[in-house]
Amino acid sequence: MISKDNILEVQNLKTYFYTSRGVVKAVDGVSFELKKGETLGLVGESGCGKSITCLSIIRLVPRPAGHIVGGKVLLEGEDLLLKSEKEVTRIRGRRITMILQDPMVSLNPLFTIGEQVAEPIRIHQKLGKLAVWEKVIEMLRLVRIPSPEVRMREYPHQMSGGMRQRIAGAMTLSCQPDILIADEPTTALDLTIQAQFLSLLKEIQEKANLSMIVVTHDFGIIARVCERVAVMYAGKIVESASTRELFNHPQHPYTIALLNSLPKMEVKADRLYSIEGQPPELHALPPGCSFSPRCPYVMKVCLKDYPPQKEITSGHYASCWLRT
Amino acid sequence: MGNLQPIGEVAETAQASGRSGWTPLRGALRGIPRTPVAILLLFLFCGIFGSFITPHDPMKTDLGAAKTPPSWQKGGSTKYLLGTDAFGRDILSRIIRGAGISLQVGFAVVVFAGTLGAMIALLSGYLGGWVDAVLMRITDMFLSMPYLMIAIALAAVLGPSKHNIILIMAILGWAGYARVLRGEVLRIKGSDFIKLAIVARAGKARIMLRHIFPNIVNTLVVLATLQLGIVIIMESSLSFLGLGVPPPEPAWGSMVADGRVIMFSSWWVSTWPGIAILLVVLSCNLLGDWLRLRLDPKFRQL
Amino acid sequence: MVRYILKRILQAGICLLGISVIVFFLSHLSGDPALLMAPPEAKPEDIQALRVTLGLDKPLHVQFWMFISKAVQGDFGQSIRWGKPCLEVWLIRFPNTLLLGGAAMAFTLVVGIPTGILSAVKAGRWFDNFGKAFALAGQSMPVFWVGIMLMLLFSVILRWLPTSGMGSWQHLIMPAFALGWYFTAAITRLSRSAMLDILDSEYIKMARIKGVPEVLVILKHGFRNAMIPVVTLAALNIVTLLNGTVITETVFNWPGIGRLIVDSIFARDYPMVQTCVLIASGLFISTNLIVDILYAYIDPRIKYQ
Repeated sequence: MISKDNILEVQNLKTYFYTSRGVVKAVDGVSFELKKGETLGLVGESGCGKSITCLSIIRLVPRPAGHIVGGKVLLEGEDLLLKSEKEVTRIRGRRITMILQDPMVSLNPLFTIGEQVAEPIRIHQKLGKLAVWEKVIEMLRLVRIPSPEVRMREYPHQMSGGMRQRIAGAMTLSCQPDILIADEPTTALDLTIQAQFLSLLKEIQEKANLSMIVVTHDFGIIARVCERVAVMYAGKIVESASTRELFNHPQHPYTIALLNSLPKMEVKADRLYSIEGQPPELHALPPGCSFSPRCPYVMKVCLKDYPPQKEITSGHYASCWLRT
Repeated sequence: MGNLQPIGEVAETAQASGRSGWTPLRGALRGIPRTPVAILLLFLFCGIFGSFITPHDPMKTDLGAAKTPPSWQKGGSTKYLLGTDAFGRDILSRIIRGAGISLQVGFAVVVFAGTLGAMIALLSGYLGGWVDAVLMRITDMFLSMPYLMIAIALAAVLGPSKHNIILIMAILGWAGYARVLRGEVLRIKGSDFIKLAIVARAGKARIMLRHIFPNIVNTLVVLATLQLGIVIIMESSLSFLGLGVPPPEPAWGSMVADGRVIMFSSWWVSTWPGIAILLVVLSCNLLGDWLRLRLDPKFRQL
Repeated sequence: MVRYILKRILQAGICLLGISVIVFFLSHLSGDPALLMAPPEAKPEDIQALRVTLGLDKPLHVQFWMFISKAVQGDFGQSIRWGKPCLEVWLIRFPNTLLLGGAAMAFTLVVGIPTGILSAVKAGRWFDNFGKAFALAGQSMPVFWVGIMLMLLFSVILRWLPTSGMGSWQHLIMPAFALGWYFTAAITRLSRSAMLDILDSEYIKMARIKGVPEVLVILKHGFRNAMIPVVTLAALNIVTLLNGTVITETVFNWPGIGRLIVDSIFARDYPMVQTCVLIASGLFISTNLIVDILYAYIDPRIKYQ
């Protein structure tokens, strides 16, 4: 279903890793849509495949073990998985871009800040030398780096984590991309800085009508910045809905468990709720629903077949036998 | 590269923590590369039991059979499988006996240098302060010396003999161990379990021996395996120059030197000993590399 | 930064001093140096006279002081074998070793670094396997054997190249190859592992995300970062090259410093031996020093420590 509003459509994306221990199905049939100007949250435990999904979208899956084995990634109707390497390189940075988790290592230690922010500008835009530097200063100002003219001659190790993450933002947004993927953008930052960074992102998004995918394991961030959420488990999306819907009427047992494990201030409890069991080994998934070993509502059919996706209410999807 | 890495804290804690007591090596020996180990065991066997398995007496000369080519060439005979040298001595037997020499020297040096280096690393790394400063200056000094030049100078002055070169190479070799192991000691020193031991009022010696040392053993083993190859090359180089294990002992290096003068007529005399060296050292390197990957996955830049 | 440099220079000085102590005692190790250096038919009075000339009758620390102060002025004593000042003999031979070392170094850099980097970029493919095998084999063969095998192949069997001596460029090929062999293998391995490490890093991923073409990612972002450990270890390992000249020059009869030291040792020419070892150590220490300082310039992180 190609809707005019969707800037990105991922259909049945599959990315597998071929390792000595077997085939790891890191992304196993993931589908979602991203509307223009919208922020989609991708939430799940570590290892569920959220990062690989994002890398697959821009075709930077770690080689040689990883391969995108199926599906479509439609950027305004065009399938990115069918494009040549050269074409994809031109799309990266220009139309889709990404911020990584750890700002301490995302910047090249040998080049100045200004040089690194200027690089994508030089590659994607035909600007004169002076214009490039002006753009660099403009971007640094946009992400609220003080005294950008001075700072741009400095090196990454002279900056704090929060500043480096903002510089990463400047680097990636300099060519006005359509989509920004933020992979756990605040996980490595101090708590006080996190809020600042998120509101900065939101501000930029409004100004530029930027569409965002925010990958996180933190529901607080989801609540803060995302209009829609997709919950991932063992390489598949188990539930997706608008943020409000998901928080108020979670349908999949995994989502329910996740939300239950958030400590609530008003509720007095002796022990925090935690989900039983361990996340599955991705190279040896159980038959049927991957969550069945840990599901408190498990039924016989759950151990045999994987549940189909059902539309619970408009825009709210879940894959669970309970809801069929 | 390419294995899906578990993201998150689990991987970090598994790698960063050490343990009190001894890390079980046994489980880690699975998947050991068989060919290098087989080759090393073969040479080890030759080294220990050489005297029983040599087809001929390695020292016995037989001028009538001098410069016999290997058995498969014209003029060769199955009596001397790999041929003979200028004095009619069987090359194969001499190589087998030479294995004992190379491995004896190799192991001795590695054990001495490794022990000395580890002790210095422990003292230097753990005690810190002026002990560290002094020991590190000395280590740097030894690392700055042109190893081979000093080795041959010392060997010449002290006289070539097996014991002398073991002594010389051990004295010149400990510094490499010390430098690397000190880094490990420093890293472990900051671990929580060490702090616990200190709080529990464990004595300095006890901490160093019972807690820190077991955690650097892995690195030490890797270093030792790689160093073994280097020592064997050094020993053969010294023997080649006539300053190592002296004749008539069939050190591989001196065998190559013997063959050099008759190179134009008898190519095999220099070739086989060199191949023996190549096989042993290659096996050491392969084994050492595998150990490095197995025992300490973070261990890349060495 | 200046403090760092001064500290390193001081350390280097102490190192050199320590080594000179060891070198000084070399000739005293096997007994009375005068006995060693005197001709066999010398009478006891001659030996005593020799002792006085050499200053051996004075206490050890005075001798050491004399040794050091003369060395600093360039007077390393008289070579017993050549009858000329040691330094003079050394200086005549040194350019030959430089030539050989330079050729070997060139070979190493031109072959080793690209092989290593290409191996890393094409990790897992056939070139990588070839590169790894080549590097491993290279580090498992002693220099003297490589030299002799080369001679066997190119001089005995193929008769393309002369076996020894110095003269034309044909004389240079085999020694340079043999000398550089081990080092090339080491550099290949190091370049490969450094590059692999770098290619795994987040800022490389970031460069790709920005849309930087892959060639530039490897050359601009990857190469420069990977070269830091490579250059450091390469420079620090120049001493292995120096060590290697001892063997290589002996095998190929190349008239350089390496052969000089071996000949001097066998001729019991202790002043010459001391000279060679001391200068070699000094060269090595100063190279380390220069590398450390340069390193501080390449990697901006060190500058601000």
